[in-house]
Amino acid sequence: MTAATGAPAARRGPGSMLHDGWILTWRNLVQLPRTPELLLFTLIQPIMFVLLFTYVFGGSIGQSLPPGISYAQFLIPGIMVQTLVFSTNSTAVGLADDLQKGLVDRFRSLPIARSAVLVGRICSDTVRLAMVAVVLVLVGYVVGFRFEAGLGWGLLMIVTAVAFGFSMSWIMATIGLSVRDAETASTAGFVWLFPLTFVSSVFVPVTSMPGWLQVVARNNPVTLLSNLLREFTLIGRPAAGTVLPVLAWMVGLVVVFAPLAVSRYRKV
Amino acid sequence: MRPIIEVEDLIRHFGATRAVDGVSFTVDAGTVLGLLGPNGAGKTTTVRMLATLLTPDAGRARIDGLDVVTDATRVRAVIGLTGQYAAVDEKLTGRENLWMVGRLLGMDRKQAHDRATELLDRFRLSDAGDRQVRTYSGGMRRRVDLAVSLVGRPAVLFLDEPTTGLDPVSRIEMWDVTRELVSDGTTVLLTTQYLEEADELADRIVVIDNGKVIAQGTADELKDRTGGRTLEVTLAEPADLDRAVGLLHGLGDRRVAVDPQRPGLSVPVDDDTEFAAGVVATLSHAGVAVTDFRLDRPSLDDVFLALTGRATGTGDGTGNGDGDGTGNGDGTGNGDGTGEGDVTTTGAPS
Repeated sequence: MTAATGAPAARRGPGSMLHDGWILTWRNLVQLPRTPELLLFTLIQPIMFVLLFTYVFGGSIGQSLPPGISYAQFLIPGIMVQTLVFSTNSTAVGLADDLQKGLVDRFRSLPIARSAVLVGRICSDTVRLAMVAVVLVLVGYVVGFRFEAGLGWGLLMIVTAVAFGFSMSWIMATIGLSVRDAETASTAGFVWLFPLTFVSSVFVPVTSMPGWLQVVARNNPVTLLSNLLREFTLIGRPAAGTVLPVLAWMVGLVVVFAPLAVSRYRKV
Repeated sequence: MRPIIEVEDLIRHFGATRAVDGVSFTVDAGTVLGLLGPNGAGKTTTVRMLATLLTPDAGRARIDGLDVVTDATRVRAVIGLTGQYAAVDEKLTGRENLWMVGRLLGMDRKQAHDRATELLDRFRLSDAGDRQVRTYSGGMRRRVDLAVSLVGRPAVLFLDEPTTGLDPVSRIEMWDVTRELVSDGTTVLLTTQYLEEADELADRIVVIDNGKVIAQGTADELKDRTGGRTLEVTLAEPADLDRAVGLLHGLGDRRVAVDPQRPGLSVPVDDDTEFAAGVVATLSHAGVAVTDFRLDRPSLDDVFLALTGRATGTGDGTGNGDGDGTGNGDGTGNGDGTGEGDVTTTGAPS
């Protein structure tokens, strides 16, 4: 039994954002192995997609690809983008769940950095994205995908895809903090991902779509990213014209949605 | 000495509703203030503003001299908050929850670990400390939630309906823990729907309704305003009601309330148990069949009736289901009282 009064440990400066963010990242990561079923299903879906698309659609779609490129080679970078984009939904669900269970109130009543809860959520989710990405590449190798341009470019492909997922997570954080429960967050975070990922070059070449849709698909960041990842795996050393738009999207998403998410967090 | 909590004219709207409408009170250091009121009275909104979770539209509040808006971060270092719903991470163990908050408060690994162990011991959670919180019982969750809010040794602790939904044993446990904290020097602001709880714990009570403070004082002062105890008599025959009222008027000029539904009578008797016995004796001598009689202590509804001239309207549906078990645990059957209150809820002036 101790005296109830007495100052808490000394307060820290701006470095506390990193420290607090790390503690809250730890909080989420330590839970990962405790819900193995969640991790399992996160991984099963992309595996299933790779197998289904390769063997069911691969035959017909493969014919519209440039000669010398197998469907697996075309599909894996695309499905990597699609999978990671869908996986960011867990950021929305996780934050909405914390909100619903009163944990956000708990954290907001503590003298910690305002962004720490968001940073913790998104960093731990990014670690999960990286795990999913690695599993995808392994499954890809089984169906004939290869890092043609070498392992270095291959790793850069994974890092780029995960970094894009990180940027997307800030949209999901804004959504998660704008709804009242995890179920709504799950739906609200999900629906718009279907047009986003399907009206793109993820599964089929854009040239196979009607003209008006091609305009949308060509400018879709998912297409831009899928094409960049394909350059990483097939050729290496991508052209600046392929890199810059993707980089701009990633920076833009964080610049717009990180402040929005933090401001939602302050007001919930 | 300056009060450790100072609240001046706090106002907070939600849309067109004034959830908190000019609330003012102060709390002296080392005391317990009970914020008493029905669901929707503005208790939780007030606490959320004091705990820096919600910004007031107008008015001001200071904790330990620090403004809750302009000095929010420093206020957070002084306060602890335990809500109605246990806000701990269910997928972490009790120890991990405590450790995490210790680390967030700037403790190093060892300090956080030691503090976690100390609190687990104190709240009799040592055996369960390494289990995930989702395996805990309701009472254990509430205890670990309280423990988490004490990691930083806050000078001011907000307990928002700490016993709502708890079984009687867990409720008494929470009361004991609260008393211990106060004896260690912590200032507690407790919100509750139950007069009994405020009565047990609070040095002073602020009664709040429709966002306004409608009374404040000690528990005894509030009870005096309700007119003390009431004799509740239930008759076998509704037809006997008029005759019974006539007989009671013969005993003195006390106010008799008639409830044709039950059917029965309510007679304010204060502490005059002899008079109460006389009422029952008179009725049975006159051949009026009495099926039940009892002395009711003032309930929150009685306090509200006395203060506002209407019932609380908390409703039996929303929380009083628990309330009948917990808040009125002395078994005098206040549940009936609440039910009657509901009949007269509507149409009363505010």
